[in-house]
Amino acid sequence: MNAPLNLPAADIFPIAAPAALLRFITCGSVDDGKSTLIGRLLYDTGAVPDDQLASLHADSRRFGTQGDALDLALLVDGLAAEREQGITIDVAYRYFSTPRRAFIVADTPGHEQYTRNMATGASGADLAIILVDARKGVLAQTRRHSFIVSMVGVRRVVVAINKMDLVGFDEGVFTAIANSYRAATRHLGFEQIVFIPVSALRGDNIASLSADTPWYRGRALIDYLETVDVSALAADPASLRMPVQWVNRPNAHFRGFSGTIALGAAHVGQDVKILPSGRRTRIASIVTALGEDSSAQQDEAVTLVLEDEVDASRGDVIVSAQDEAPVARVFDGRLLWMSERAASGQGLIVQQGMTTANAALSIRTQIDVNTFAEQPTDSLPVNGIGRVRIRSEKPLVLATYSQDRTLGAFTLIDRLTNETVALGVIDEVNPADLPQGHAAVARKAPDLWRRLLAPADSSSETLAEALSWRIVSALIVTLLAAVATQTAWIALLAGAADFALRLVLRAAHRDAFKRATALRQVDPEQNADGGGI
Amino acid sequence: MIQLTHLQKLEAEAIHIIREVAATCENPVLLYSIGKDSAVLLHLVMKAFAPGKPPFPLLHVDTTWKFREMIAFRDARIAELGLELIVHTNEEGRAAGVNLFASGSRLHTDVMKTQALRQALDKYKFDAAFGGARRDEERSRAKERIFSMRSPEHRWDPKSQRPEPWRLFNTRKRPGESFRVFPLSNWTEADVWDYVALEKIPVVPLYFAKPRPVVARDGMLIMRDDERMALRAGEEIEMRSVRFRTLGCYPLTGAVESNASTLSGIIAEMRSSRVSERQGRLIDHDGGASMEQKKQEGYF
Repeated sequence: MNAPLNLPAADIFPIAAPAALLRFITCGSVDDGKSTLIGRLLYDTGAVPDDQLASLHADSRRFGTQGDALDLALLVDGLAAEREQGITIDVAYRYFSTPRRAFIVADTPGHEQYTRNMATGASGADLAIILVDARKGVLAQTRRHSFIVSMVGVRRVVVAINKMDLVGFDEGVFTAIANSYRAATRHLGFEQIVFIPVSALRGDNIASLSADTPWYRGRALIDYLETVDVSALAADPASLRMPVQWVNRPNAHFRGFSGTIALGAAHVGQDVKILPSGRRTRIASIVTALGEDSSAQQDEAVTLVLEDEVDASRGDVIVSAQDEAPVARVFDGRLLWMSERAASGQGLIVQQGMTTANAALSIRTQIDVNTFAEQPTDSLPVNGIGRVRIRSEKPLVLATYSQDRTLGAFTLIDRLTNETVALGVIDEVNPADLPQGHAAVARKAPDLWRRLLAPADSSSETLAEALSWRIVSALIVTLLAAVATQTAWIALLAGAADFALRLVLRAAHRDAFKRATALRQVDPEQNADGGGI
Repeated sequence: MIQLTHLQKLEAEAIHIIREVAATCENPVLLYSIGKDSAVLLHLVMKAFAPGKPPFPLLHVDTTWKFREMIAFRDARIAELGLELIVHTNEEGRAAGVNLFASGSRLHTDVMKTQALRQALDKYKFDAAFGGARRDEERSRAKERIFSMRSPEHRWDPKSQRPEPWRLFNTRKRPGESFRVFPLSNWTEADVWDYVALEKIPVVPLYFAKPRPVVARDGMLIMRDDERMALRAGEEIEMRSVRFRTLGCYPLTGAVESNASTLSGIIAEMRSSRVSERQGRLIDHDGGASMEQKKQEGYF
């Protein structure tokens, strides 16, 4: 075999592939023309090969809704059942690229019964295209989709006002819909909303500007998608969060912690700590297949080697030393219930970061996705969205979704059926609910000492540090007493009293403080009957 | 903040998926079918566990009709990387005389590929099998999850798939159930070749054009790789400069006329091509929803 097992260097050339990637979702009401729009995008960017076009011609005659014309929607209706019924059932992912950018499109169903599929598609998207039928305007579904898209953190929306050909390309219709959409979504926190009048069927304002909308001053859809800036907010370059996904121990001489960097960047020599334990150490090296790197950035899948023989396992999170990510068992958030079985609080597993834990769910309100009004409730129907409180059996490293798209997201799994029953985002962590009762029992003696010695944020301080500042403080008191009283035994007594009283008073004060604040911390299990305020 | 490139993002996503399987499944296996997608998958698996080796074996389902160059490449590559490879052939099928030419492509595919794969997965009790399939390849694949659940009978139910929001994959399963896992789900054919070039990944030489003995049959150019392929009346073997866009069983895999003998040549040809890569695969054309049906029966 004279195969080029190693390619000649001359054959390696600059890649012509687009450097950037845009993931977007299309959503809209039934029959708004989502599938047609995606078919149009694929067709206009040359992503449909000739043999697929040939079978499209055959399918258009068989299942098509456009008479003799090509039914572009059939390009994306993948399952046989979908083509027969002419609807999209599941999320379809499509790929196309232009010289400027590569695109991954999630084509998601319009029917309310498939809201969960839509939410899934939206969870990874940088941008959403929301279709509105120019003849129908903003519908309940438009509001619902906009709400879900905003809940999973999409900040940029293109409202494609479709079927403009059927309203005579009337600028008044376009402007009225744009105004009513803005009004309807005022509270959803979108950073940017762009309105484009289109006809997916005819291709108006898709690949190029249409002669039929001379009043439209904006850009064509593809042009906009190619250039829109969706880069995430620059994280603090000194910050790092990497949930440990897998411990790499190929032999006794190597131990690395593999995972995907959720936030910030890692670099060799960086001071880090491991949560929940709070153990501090430093990054010794960053291992890749090609050897070692000096740094790695957000979204990279890496393996970190730490300086000390510290213990960390799947689910722990390696963070920069100054990171304040709370460790807690209770958090509040919003979730979308995805199971046909109505939501109840028991028998659930929460999956978050790289960990899972048994969890109790208490539902507080259901959010009406059409009016965005909230009603107290204790259960949610399929596709219902509600505010909830979740109590995990073990402490989790948590973050709010607005700050951290990895640690702030969660799903719920039914322990018996293994079904994924909900997806949600964390709005508020309850750090006041630090693991006390059951966790304290499991703590080892050094940890007990640390709890007595350490300040409130015990996770950020080592035992040695905590001891050292208390000793220093006691020595200063001794010295001051010695200077003031000129008597050695009084000075020593004052120093010893300072050291001891700090421990005792601190513990006593903490208990009193806990009791006082507990009045505001309603136990979720106690209000499972819907006291949800 | 510097943004990762398109390929770096796809690479990181794939490595994340691969490690997730290693961390949560008991007995994974990598379905290695020798082609370019498998080559990329193998490369990613090596990266995911460096400096160690992948903590699972490779499995090749050998229908006995693969190109000889594929088998030679497979053995050289596995030896070079020092990995464990299981080769499985449906011996019952072979004993029953299932033959590509005599039995037809549909029966051959069912017995020697689909059944053989199920046999191997059952025999070794694998609970997760990596495959190199991509969503851009075919319509029903566009709707498949990254972690695709299979019943104990290996059936795929497209209507009850688990949602996969963010990077939160639900890998819980009951005894007997298993996953097909597709780390390259979001890659396109162009991404695969760009990555092969960027990372200098070795691929089977059949992808590069050179003069090969081919027969024009049923509108395709079939390379006569051994004596088992009898010539029909009027057929003649010609030497033509051809290459392959996908690799499978040689009598079912059409060659394309080409002079692209380098990676850059292949990539340039692919970018200007107006036909899809699976067009050269006979088994995909047994009816509109053919792949969907085969997948429900347990085909990859």
